[in-house]
Amino acid sequence: MARLNLSTYDTKGFFDEMFDENLEVNAHYSLLRKRLEKIGWKKLSLLQQSTDRAQMSIGMTFNVYSDNQGIERILHLDVIPRIISSAEWEYLEQGLTQRIIALNMFIHDLYNEQLILKDKIIPQELVFSSATYLKQCQGLQPPHKVWCHITGTDIIRGDDGQFYVLEDNLRCPSGVSYMLENREILKRTFPELFEKLHVRPVYDYSHNLRDMLEAMWPAPKVSIVVLTPGIYNSAYFEHAYLAQQMGAELVEGKDLVVKDDHVYMISTKGLEPVHVIYRRVDDDFIDPKVFRKDSMLGTPGLFEAYKKGNVVLVNAPGTGVADDKAVYAYIPKIIKYYLGEEMLLPNVPTYICAEKDDLQYVLENIGQLVVKQTDASGGYGMLIGPKSTKAEQQEFIKKIKNNPRNYIAQPTINLSRVPTLSEDGIEGRHVDLRPYILYGKEVKIIPGGLTRVALKKGSLVVNSSQGGGSKDTWILGE
Amino acid sequence: MLSRVADSIYWMNRYIERAENYARFLDVNFNLALELPVSFTTQWEPLVVTTGDWKLYESLYGKAEKSKVIYFMGYDEKNPNSILNALSNARENARVVRSDITKEVWEQINHLYYLVRDQKSKKRWAKKDPRKSFDEIKTGCQLLYGIFDATISRTDGWHFGKIGQLIERADKTSRVLDVKYHILLPSSNSVGSSLDLIQWAALLKSVSAYDMYRKRFGKLQTASIAQFLILDEDFPRSMLHCLTRVENSLKAITGNTMGYSTGAERQLGLLKSQLEYADINEIIETGLHEFLDNFQFKLNEVSSSIFETFFSLQNIVNQN
Repeated sequence: MARLNLSTYDTKGFFDEMFDENLEVNAHYSLLRKRLEKIGWKKLSLLQQSTDRAQMSIGMTFNVYSDNQGIERILHLDVIPRIISSAEWEYLEQGLTQRIIALNMFIHDLYNEQLILKDKIIPQELVFSSATYLKQCQGLQPPHKVWCHITGTDIIRGDDGQFYVLEDNLRCPSGVSYMLENREILKRTFPELFEKLHVRPVYDYSHNLRDMLEAMWPAPKVSIVVLTPGIYNSAYFEHAYLAQQMGAELVEGKDLVVKDDHVYMISTKGLEPVHVIYRRVDDDFIDPKVFRKDSMLGTPGLFEAYKKGNVVLVNAPGTGVADDKAVYAYIPKIIKYYLGEEMLLPNVPTYICAEKDDLQYVLENIGQLVVKQTDASGGYGMLIGPKSTKAEQQEFIKKIKNNPRNYIAQPTINLSRVPTLSEDGIEGRHVDLRPYILYGKEVKIIPGGLTRVALKKGSLVVNSSQGGGSKDTWILGE
Repeated sequence: MLSRVADSIYWMNRYIERAENYARFLDVNFNLALELPVSFTTQWEPLVVTTGDWKLYESLYGKAEKSKVIYFMGYDEKNPNSILNALSNARENARVVRSDITKEVWEQINHLYYLVRDQKSKKRWAKKDPRKSFDEIKTGCQLLYGIFDATISRTDGWHFGKIGQLIERADKTSRVLDVKYHILLPSSNSVGSSLDLIQWAALLKSVSAYDMYRKRFGKLQTASIAQFLILDEDFPRSMLHCLTRVENSLKAITGNTMGYSTGAERQLGLLKSQLEYADINEIIETGLHEFLDNFQFKLNEVSSSIFETFFSLQNIVNQN
């Protein structure tokens, strides 16, 4: 049987969030370490089991469809939390704030004056060739000039312990309900640690979210809805959860109707006006009159109502252009251009296949690089060089040559690790971090986030679709 | 509230009521089978007939057999009305209305669904005595009724839920009475033999009416039993009582105190007054089966009318 003995824990040369290379525990983890050793393996396993049960009974499940059979899965929550010190958090907060302000200015500029293109900071073709650039948004001025109200930035930590931004996720970032529910569950698992460690609370996320949404509408009486693709969407639990927490209606596209460019929801008492839509339906699908004609998820006429300012869409359509993976490489320049500042929180170095020298380098070094499709997400459409076969590499070389604009490459970064419960005891597993940023009248970052963990031994892929789980993320107070 | 949500909350409650009724039917029938003489014809076929799914059963399994019927009504995914499917549907509907119900309601529905799924995977229907499973389902449903009533505000959502529950309940009471009455009636008009007694008592127990019937009439008599289940004003599972409460909820939703303002109210009012002015002896003379058949048909019409008035997205958009 597996035992809990942290003195034999092996960091295997990776950057470990809990231990340094001499297996000395980092200060902000020392209470947790003591606690783990005190409760022992048997109790810890029981705690893990009751965590699984709690997730099932809350209904934190998503459907995986294969062989025409819907299988309900939970996103496995590992009981051992990931802890971030107050100094580390302060740094992240500053870096993220700077970044989101610059990105918003960038998006607003692209759809209006396009100064950054005129000043040749970014090649024009790079922006206009992005599938996520929506010409329909040209000239739009969303309230407070905010386009990206809700962001879930993916952050990783390399071997050097440095934090890097991996992806910006400016469209419909998901996972915040896991941050909130994981916390509820862990509070039952380790009540005594919460008391002693002064873990910063996350519960006011939905209040802040509601405040932000209300602030987007000029009148005091605001009708807010959450727009979901429906119960078969893998994030449906979250859509329902957030609607419920905010006291907003949860609607599907077919519940809405547009009359004279105003949006209404169809209720048992007739039509009721809608002012702010937190939409969790992708740009392409929100309005079949303007975007994809075959969309069954949208509402015809919605975009026109939005253009006329009769309804606010959150996030605004068109933000995807700034989280295109090729545009990502220009973010240091974007920050410098709009804010006159150096980037605080670095990017992962990125090779843009659309650029000749970079392309050459990528093709020659594909075995050491991570190659990503510029418009894909969720761990799809990517090649992890060191873990790939020659045949897979050849296949990607062919794809890249066919359409260089569609690919970027980055050095393989060994994500940092956190001790995690496995069948063989406690072992290090690679993690990333997704904090959630709200941007209304001001930027607000909730002290917490979703830590995703690659549960498979040795795996660097944390996506839930590829065997990833999650951890509660504790940000410590001063 | 959103029409789609109202529709789901209505069906969520109907399905839960259905599951609870089925669990009770199975429980009572199992008990009954224990006390009947070996020579007595099996009671399992009429039970399936009661649910209206006999044709489906016959095509799948042929003759009525205890464990097959229990499987079919309890756990069969091929039977759209099995307890498992009813609870699965209730849960899907609960997901849809997740933001309109409380955490407590949602978690209990979720729990019930897992309970029955677990019973299925443990093959509980094949057990010598599966009554514990039925009990768990009944208790789970009743707990849910309690949580629903104790945590949900009396706004439209609650009323639509009640309407769904009570329409389902009235329908099930009428079906149990219809099927059982005709099997039992030929024996005699007043319940005599101990065999009769067991069976009439079982009919009452199928709709949880035994204790309250005893209190009201004392003696087991066929006409009184029919009267109690159809026309009693106070018994919560009698057809009239269910309709009265559906009417109250409809009025709470529309804000009407007199007459009717929607098709649904009108249809319901007509059906209810038919019961209010009925006399049990007349009903029996002209034919109980015809009476109940007609009732079920009209109840369906009420249900469709509620859909047209409150849930149909197309209708509402066209009228506004």
